[in-house]
Amino acid sequence: MKLNKLTKTGVFKSVWIFLFSAALMTYACSSTEPMMDVDYTSPTVNSLSNVDSPTPDPRVGLGAGLFDAEEAIWNLNKLSSTPPPEAFLGVTNSDLAFKGKYAIQGNYNGVLVWDISDPANPVLVKDYLCPASQSDVSVYGDLMFVSGEGLSGRLDCGTEGVQQAVSDERLRGIRIFDISNIEEPEYVANVQTCRGSHTHSVLKDPNDDENVYVYVSGSASVRPEEELPGCSDMSPDDDPNSALFRIEVIKVPLSNPEMSKIVSSPRIFEDLKAPPTHGMSPADAIEIEKARKAGAFIIEFNGQETVVPDRFVTQLMSNALGVQGEPTAADSAALREQLPAIVARMFGGGDGDSEEDDRGGPTQCHDITLYPEIGLAGGACEGYGLLLDISDPANPTRIDAVADSNFSYWHSATFSNDGKKVLFTDEWGGGGQPKCREADPMEWGANAIFTIENGKMEFQEYYKLPAPQTSQENCVAHNGSMIPVPGREIMVQSWYQGGISVFDWTDPNNPIEIAFQDYGPIAADRMANGGSWSVYWYNGAIVSSEIARGLDIFELEATPYITQNEIDAANTVKLEYLNAQGQPKFVWPKTFALSKAYVDQLERNKELDNTAVKMARQSLANAEAANPKVRKKILTELADKMDGMASDNEKVKMLAESVRGLASNQ
Amino acid sequence: MPSAKKTLLINALLVSTLIFSACSSSKNTSSENASEQRNNRPSNAELEEIYWARIDSSKMNFTEADVKFMTGMIGHHAQALIMSRLAPENGASSQVQTLAARIINAQKDEIASMQTWLRDRDQPVPEVHIEGLNLMIHGAGMDHSNHMNMAGMLSQEQLVELSEAKGKEFDRLFLTYMIQHHQGAVTMVKTLISTDGAAQDEQAFRLSTDINVDQITEIERMKLMLNKIESESKD
Repeated sequence: MKLNKLTKTGVFKSVWIFLFSAALMTYACSSTEPMMDVDYTSPTVNSLSNVDSPTPDPRVGLGAGLFDAEEAIWNLNKLSSTPPPEAFLGVTNSDLAFKGKYAIQGNYNGVLVWDISDPANPVLVKDYLCPASQSDVSVYGDLMFVSGEGLSGRLDCGTEGVQQAVSDERLRGIRIFDISNIEEPEYVANVQTCRGSHTHSVLKDPNDDENVYVYVSGSASVRPEEELPGCSDMSPDDDPNSALFRIEVIKVPLSNPEMSKIVSSPRIFEDLKAPPTHGMSPADAIEIEKARKAGAFIIEFNGQETVVPDRFVTQLMSNALGVQGEPTAADSAALREQLPAIVARMFGGGDGDSEEDDRGGPTQCHDITLYPEIGLAGGACEGYGLLLDISDPANPTRIDAVADSNFSYWHSATFSNDGKKVLFTDEWGGGGQPKCREADPMEWGANAIFTIENGKMEFQEYYKLPAPQTSQENCVAHNGSMIPVPGREIMVQSWYQGGISVFDWTDPNNPIEIAFQDYGPIAADRMANGGSWSVYWYNGAIVSSEIARGLDIFELEATPYITQNEIDAANTVKLEYLNAQGQPKFVWPKTFALSKAYVDQLERNKELDNTAVKMARQSLANAEAANPKVRKKILTELADKMDGMASDNEKVKMLAESVRGLASNQ
Repeated sequence: MPSAKKTLLINALLVSTLIFSACSSSKNTSSENASEQRNNRPSNAELEEIYWARIDSSKMNFTEADVKFMTGMIGHHAQALIMSRLAPENGASSQVQTLAARIINAQKDEIASMQTWLRDRDQPVPEVHIEGLNLMIHGAGMDHSNHMNMAGMLSQEQLVELSEAKGKEFDRLFLTYMIQHHQGAVTMVKTLISTDGAAQDEQAFRLSTDINVDQITEIERMKLMLNKIESESKD
């Protein structure tokens, strides 16, 4: 298992240190003298408010090519780049799932299974030909689930497509495979759905070991009733069984997957009223205040304050007040007084809430991220982001909804590990369009970050890939996952041909990029579909499914913004499997890496002074070099000291707790 | 076009043969053969050649219905541009202006994608010319009456009416007509996918699905905006 390369070197190192320290230890034990301090190295840490991103941005102007494009990479180390097998070349690679040492890559032609135990040399162990778009993949236990949405997917996995508009050979829904031998998947069942499955999410109910639930989101048109009985695309007012305005929940008996079936079609969108658009972002509010102080004219418009542009002010002065030439202070005062009335006259003013909306709201979700450990799911559903209670897996209920006038199409959700924040993506243009050009607004096709308090989502800030891309590169916010750096929210995310962006959103108001990778366009003279569809962290590897180029694997490089200790601590988290749409809760074993990572963060955020940081590092180094008994003593002392210093600082408390946990492990 | 259809069929067969033969040659089941895999793997230059050949041949998997859809939708989208461009000068509210700006951005890109789709398949490519309220489509064998007959298209009178509305009345009319216009696009997608053989092509399926989803989402958003305006004017 070379995935554990870092840990392995760590083990060798500690064996060596152990031998070395045995000598010290004997001395320490046989003597009442205080133990000598061992040497240690301090990482360089820098504040995130001062990230030295390369300028000019090397992602701008990269040369095109399929396998020979120019590449810009910053703070990531590329371990391998493997093209698809010939039969899958030129066909879209899509989402990823992981089980054990395997990465499972969806492809519109089927499924690819890679052994990634040596991330520098992934080995293709199975190419299963069974075409369907988008081939979104998930795993649970011995089962693998694959989405089929397009019109050409066949029940028999044939490659000839389905020519008839109504056909009993078509598969649109979920395919289920037995992967007890993952190198020879066996197609055991399927569940047909009215809109097919664009994506799906697998829910393991913590209270039910016999079944899993698959939430199916379909965004394509409803199938004809003649093809799948009961499918209706009428408005639910005219047909209560309409396939619109709902998701499908499939119950899968683990020991009997052939019996899988739809058990409910929750209408989680019912009665969604006018979208409660979020208020101004904090940055906008600051701008408004600045403008107000500078004497700008500010109006309230649709419930939000807006600065009146100078050009407009001049016009108002002359049209509404008849001011000729340079306006006087009195003119300004008069305008200020009359402005609300003028605005009301011009635009109709007022923004009373409507009580009598039609059935508004989304007709389906694009994707749902389930986080069973906290009993919540984030539904990205057309014009809304929903917060769902999933404690009853077959009957999810909506607890909150947000809309955003800057969001075109809510695509997916990612929670912070503690469930107190959620990040939604806006797949504006559907992923096939170039939405990261210089002139495309930074709020469109971006991520929106919300805090969650008492079941309510509060908007904080947007994050969009900061490097402008060409019009030959499809680019918009897409799939990503959390990287388990303890004490921080760090995410790695795909932006199609915009590449991969690693960013920190611990402070929900200041998301900041700390690493990236980007290829030039696939073709210089035309838009060819490509780029990273999904990129997820899995047991130390950052694995990207490149639509055209294949499978790329990276690891993080230590920098002042993410130290080796923080990376090591992240890599102590070991997952047995991963579906990014079924978010796992990270739990960190108490290790030296964990405590050191916290110390690095306390130094970075200046939450501990230099003397305390040095003391903590020295104690940890001494403890690591000492025998278990002495080690326990040193660690306990350190934990006590940190508790004493903590006051109400959460991070210092976390450090104290991790050190105490480490002590009790000795 | 029976001959074209025949070519399509032959091409489709060719693609599947390619896939099958390629598939049977890539049989690797042992996890110990990473280096063997690398040694047997064609060079990147060879792979690139296969890639572009496959991209090219996959483009031949289309029908007349797909061509008709792309050609028609270009004209359909172009009218949405005309409507949306009126928003800033006709005193639209900031919400409607944002919506209009997004429609312009999205539909311009989609027009380009649909033109590329047609060009890649050696089909006549409609070029869009807009002068004020007048839409001219050149080069696709479509006459004026043709594209005006598509579902949801505004009549010239409706366009003039919209162009003369100001402020709140513009908002109301813009939303009403854009909902009608978008619903027409959704109908066009429905017609496409209920045609035998249509949207088998990955790009055509994706484009039509994206248009479908984006416009359904926007219709719902516009209905809410419109309800709000109408309930306010009752107060």
